[in-house]
Amino acid sequence: MAKIEVTAEPGVPFIDTARQFDAPRDLLFRAFTDPELLVQWLGPRKYTMKIDRYDVRDGGSWRYLHQGADGNEFGFHGVFHGTPSPEGMVQTFEFEGVPGHVSLDAIVFEERDGRTVVRSHSVYQSVEDRDAMVQSGMAEGMDEGYDRLEELIARLAPVHS
Amino acid sequence: MNADQLNAVFGALADPTRRAILARLTAGDANVAQLTAPFSVSQPAISRHLKVLEQAGLVSRTRQATARLSHLEADPLRDATEWLARYREYWDESYERLDALLAALQDDGTGVADEPDTKGDHVGQDRSHG
Repeated sequence: MAKIEVTAEPGVPFIDTARQFDAPRDLLFRAFTDPELLVQWLGPRKYTMKIDRYDVRDGGSWRYLHQGADGNEFGFHGVFHGTPSPEGMVQTFEFEGVPGHVSLDAIVFEERDGRTVVRSHSVYQSVEDRDAMVQSGMAEGMDEGYDRLEELIARLAPVHS
Repeated sequence: MNADQLNAVFGALADPTRRAILARLTAGDANVAQLTAPFSVSQPAISRHLKVLEQAGLVSRTRQATARLSHLEADPLRDATEWLARYREYWDESYERLDALLAALQDDGTGVADEPDTKGDHVGQDRSHG
């Protein structure tokens, strides 16, 4: 699982991801909750991340901005639900470019033999919301390597029955 | 691409026979008899699948002499996968950066004391950023 696994089934408003890291989960938890660490990894390298607030507790709110080289800023905010712990954390997520559309993200840290699998389960208000939120929230500044169609076609393995 | 179109594309892709038809069409246009050949289903069944693919904009059909040829339309596939591909890229790049950060933290000793046994893996790894 060196690469992230992303699952988004048609017809249900979820996105699931899984990714293994070569570190114990206490360290993963720090990287996800310490603002000084978070800004060093969250988001594409081309963005500067600025944290407005990051109040890691039950009911605490968070807000951060991704700033592009052109000065454009994209804000995101939400609230932690339940006390975040090395076992996992639950939070809401809203992209300020599309206000009113909120997802619920649950993250779990599973440690085994010194390695940790980070799993996320995101629940959107509808399938349409999921697709639109992801598209709008990710759209800016992402360079497309355009072999994706080929990749998709390659996955469309012929089924001879 | 609006939500209805996107749903039509995902709905069309949800069926393994229809995915196989698309895979076949990447090799070139084909008539319904050619498309039916690999399957143990009837020609009318394949025609119904083609109709779904056509309504999703994934296939166009042209009449050439007496044969009706099906042609793969790639654009809706590109649109349908783009949103998810961006999501994946975002997290893929973030998590690669996180790998580097975690490695640095563990080297510093500011991380956790017990170092996992890594013999057999690359020793003396260079940890370039990027």
